[in-house]
Amino acid sequence: MNTSLYQQEMLDHAEHPRNFGTLDHPDLQGRRTNPTCGDEITMAVKFTDAKVSSVAFAGSGCSVSQAWASMLTEWVKGKTRDELTALTQEQHLSLLDAPLTPSRRPCALLSLQALKEALKQ
Amino acid sequence: MNVETIRKDFPILSRKVNGHALVYLDSTVTSQKPKQVLEGVDDFYRHHHANVHRGLYVLSEEATAAYEGSREIVRAFINAPSVQEIIFTRNATESLNLVAMTWGRENIGAGDLIVLTELEHHSNIVPWQRLAKEKGATIEWVPVTDEGILDQAAYDSLLAKKPKLVAFTHMSNVLGTVNPAAEMTAKAHAAGAVVVVDGAQSTPHFPVDVQAIDCDFFVFSGHKMLAPTGTGVLYGKRALLEAMPPFMGGGDMILEVTKEGATWNDLPYKFEAGTPNFAGFVGFGAAINYLSALGMDNVWAHEQELTAYALEKLSAVPGLTLYGPRDANIRGAVFPFSMTKVHPHDIAAILDEHGVAVRAGHHCAQVLHSRLGVAATARASGYIYTTTGEIDHLVHALHHVRKIFPA
Repeated sequence: MNTSLYQQEMLDHAEHPRNFGTLDHPDLQGRRTNPTCGDEITMAVKFTDAKVSSVAFAGSGCSVSQAWASMLTEWVKGKTRDELTALTQEQHLSLLDAPLTPSRRPCALLSLQALKEALKQ
Repeated sequence: MNVETIRKDFPILSRKVNGHALVYLDSTVTSQKPKQVLEGVDDFYRHHHANVHRGLYVLSEEATAAYEGSREIVRAFINAPSVQEIIFTRNATESLNLVAMTWGRENIGAGDLIVLTELEHHSNIVPWQRLAKEKGATIEWVPVTDEGILDQAAYDSLLAKKPKLVAFTHMSNVLGTVNPAAEMTAKAHAAGAVVVVDGAQSTPHFPVDVQAIDCDFFVFSGHKMLAPTGTGVLYGKRALLEAMPPFMGGGDMILEVTKEGATWNDLPYKFEAGTPNFAGFVGFGAAINYLSALGMDNVWAHEQELTAYALEKLSAVPGLTLYGPRDANIRGAVFPFSMTKVHPHDIAAILDEHGVAVRAGHHCAQVLHSRLGVAATARASGYIYTTTGEIDHLVHALHHVRKIFPA
């Protein structure tokens, strides 16, 4: 377990987020904001043969919200809709090995909530 | 005023956070408490606790005397004409909601204009928005200049539209801007408006005289000025309070209850339904006594020195943008800032690793942040126990932020 939140892998994802941008005609798209700081994330996915073939996220926020969103986009590729639905908060938080204080958990969870929002469609 | 002596009265200031001495720079949200307040509340619970205004026995009489004693201390502190005009609430937010839901519902109608400012805390926005929606009234906003000061010419133009109500903050909780409350009140009165002043940030930091301001309502919170949480005040002019219907119904606010209805108790009890937070208000009395012993002029002088120092030191941090007035004469010790390439949450989290507690977010002022063109800021703020050395520690920790997030 890393002791500092600001370790290499987290900062790398925050600074160079994977799959950042938007998709044309996504199958699912969801957006969530964090009322305490105004951060916002939109997640968009496309399916091919019932599996996620492309994914993108957009928005602005702190390094934690960006890094976890980036990690999430890597995880969702190739997953089925059911697998996305089954993804739990704890699984999502464990995508990165970095200590999160209770006040930063909402930052990390923002992308998951945007994905869950998308799955309501 | 000796800050080092003051610090010895605050037990929490000697604790460590993440291996560092605590540097508490979030007093705008809530202040820390001196032992005089903690011991006052403790002594009350140990020796005098019983419900107020009820019992015909010694403890209840002592509790009532302590609670009502605090009302007189509060009255004197803001120079209100009488204790009947001092209503105890949970906090400034409840005081504002009380005015909106009683005076507002009786006096604001369809087509009426309410004037607010872009500096307001959500607590001085949302109650009026709900009222306006319910009644079909409209809200217009006094704009803020780029320097963070209210545009008085625009204010004059809005007053020409004859608003029914003007509500503004005495001091901004984000920019620290001190508004000319007496002057703005006089102009609003000349236009025929009732004036509500939000004193949540001013009352802890400089002398307040509600008769000199001449506002109709003035609200503030005890927890931002050394007192326990759950202690708020509404001051209102007697004629207005007497004409207003009660806020909540229950015990203590009635004279007589029958199956057919009830009659209302006299001021201030008409607005204090249910068992009040009297132990908290005993602490509030102790808190005001503490501040009065220091002298509010001295408190303000200390904060102006701190403000001048902090503005200079923070301005020198590369890539840091400070918001708000640069003139310490019209600004309290509140320092909102942003840094290029770092989100305010990350600033606050890294500062926390160095024991420095600051706020990050929109500070319950989204309208103002939209005006500033940022979603969020980091904010450091000081009080009577804040030292220039702590500002140095903040600046030092900000250099660590830069190491992790290079510009």
